[in-house]
Amino acid sequence: MIRLSRINKYYQVGGHPLHVLKDLDLEVRTGEMVAIMGSSGSGKSTLLNILGILDAYDDGEYWLGDTLVKGLSERQAAAYRNRFLGFVFQSFHLLPFKNAVENVALPLYYQGINRRKRNAMAMDYLERVGLKDWAEHLPSEMSGGQKQRVAIARALVGQPRLILADEPTGALDSVTSHEIMDLLKDVNGQGITVVIVTHETDVAAECSRTVRLVDGQFEGVA
Amino acid sequence: MIDRFLEMTSVMWRNRVRTALTSLSVAWGIFMLVLLLGFGKGLQNNVEYEFRDDATNSVWIYPGKTTKPFDGYPVGRRLGFTNRDHDAIAVGIEGVEHITSRFYPGGDLVRWGERDGSFEVRATHPDHKYLENTIIVGGRFLNDRDIDEKRKVAVVGREVVKQLFRGADPLGEWITVRGVLFRVVGVFEDTGGDDEEAMIYLPITTAQSAFAGGESVRQIMFTVGDASVEQTDAMTEEARLMLARRHHFSPEDTRAVRVRNNVERFAQVKQIFALLGGFVWIVGLGTVMAGIVGVSNIMLVSVKERTREIGIRKALGATPGSIVGMILTEALLLTGVSGYAGLVVGVASLEAINRFVPENDYIRSPDVDLGVAVAALGLLTVAGAIAGLVPAIRAASVDPIVALRDE
Repeated sequence: MIRLSRINKYYQVGGHPLHVLKDLDLEVRTGEMVAIMGSSGSGKSTLLNILGILDAYDDGEYWLGDTLVKGLSERQAAAYRNRFLGFVFQSFHLLPFKNAVENVALPLYYQGINRRKRNAMAMDYLERVGLKDWAEHLPSEMSGGQKQRVAIARALVGQPRLILADEPTGALDSVTSHEIMDLLKDVNGQGITVVIVTHETDVAAECSRTVRLVDGQFEGVA
Repeated sequence: MIDRFLEMTSVMWRNRVRTALTSLSVAWGIFMLVLLLGFGKGLQNNVEYEFRDDATNSVWIYPGKTTKPFDGYPVGRRLGFTNRDHDAIAVGIEGVEHITSRFYPGGDLVRWGERDGSFEVRATHPDHKYLENTIIVGGRFLNDRDIDEKRKVAVVGREVVKQLFRGADPLGEWITVRGVLFRVVGVFEDTGGDDEEAMIYLPITTAQSAFAGGESVRQIMFTVGDASVEQTDAMTEEARLMLARRHHFSPEDTRAVRVRNNVERFAQVKQIFALLGGFVWIVGLGTVMAGIVGVSNIMLVSVKERTREIGIRKALGATPGSIVGMILTEALLLTGVSGYAGLVVGVASLEAINRFVPENDYIRSPDVDLGVAVAALGLLTVAGAIAGLVPAIRAASVDPIVALRDE
């Protein structure tokens, strides 16, 4: 599903290039659930941005399925994000002025699907995460766990190849964290590849594989 | 499209106070523009109304005094025109459309039976009605046979009918002017108002012989059809030179005859109002511009506030184009709706002014025409697009990585 080969990424810091990712190689097979761990400054956010086609890399190759993700225009990157990826963020990033079903339907809006159809699809996915009765509620009326479920439904609604989760349980208590992890495992069980960036070992422990990033390099690939 | 519209209205509704205030500034700008244009038009209408009395395409020539010696004649000689001057101009100047001379019998006491009243008496040619915008409302105006046969007929204004005849039908009645009886053959009204209607017209030939005028005329007036200012100037100069030859004054002596060129005067006034009109547009556009800068500003603030929202949208697959479209349409909608409201209120205000403000000497029928309204709407559309452009580009360049970073 994902193949990174010799990915390098530099940032210009005060006129000097800072080597953030150093010759990274990674392969994630379809249906895997992989945790990427690392301390802050290890480059894991940068890696996630590259995987999420939000940031470009300087050299190497990133294959997503059979598509080479390289040198994309903003427009192409947006289209790829929309069709191939689903994002789950630590702080949910729901639009506060839209209710649950509208939030879930948003990726479909950018696919040009009409309102009735996308609301029906969004309802379907809300039901799958157990929030059918909360469809008309605004994010501010929901608990953190519920918000993250809505976010997961939103990530799934576009039928992506890959779910990228950035600290998905970082803002939740341990019970809710567990529920969310169960949900993500459930999603993974349906054959969707999941990559989770986290610094919590018990989250990583729930994944089928963990890779550790230290100073821009993988350490002891498990 | 409907989707996009609903997206936008929800955003605007969330910030309704801000939206309302911004709308107000745009609406105010357009309102002021419409009002200014309407008042400009009103001023112009008023000036055209002031010119309504006399034909604006006319030239008036009066005899003056010579200021240069010429041909053995001394300085300070007072000139006098005669019927022959009139005929010479009528025949000899190309482009003269209607021509009349005037002779004033003098003595303004006019009698009808036991009654009398004081009215201005003018003796003229039949064409005079074209120069003074005289409108016959009963009977007829003077005609060529009155001139040829020196008939003792008179045409009276409505004020004369009112004051002398006390509303009785004057047609066929005999009135006395300086002891001579004239039969009333016509009643007129004049666009120049009451003063011009307290007037009696006599055939010039009749008056000249009845009141010992000989052949003399006091002024010669003619219209030039639709000749341009330059053509009229040329005709006027030609007439002046002709009179110089006939009366032996120096062609350089510009004071020997006095010329009132209404074509030129009207053109000057029109020019002043064209300038005023331009000025009004500039001021109005300035006001609109201020409104638009307001919209642009508020959209910039809005984009800044919505950085995270835009970041989320981008992460979920919004293209830069769709973000630009979102902000641009929002700006267009904002300026369009509020501007249209300003336009409607402005036009309604002008209508109200028209209806409820009494006639006065400064403004007459303030009004905007359809062309101006359409131009204002076009302006709004362009303005909306301009107002949205900078914020839209700013929005499209939002980096989702930065926008979505957790603080």
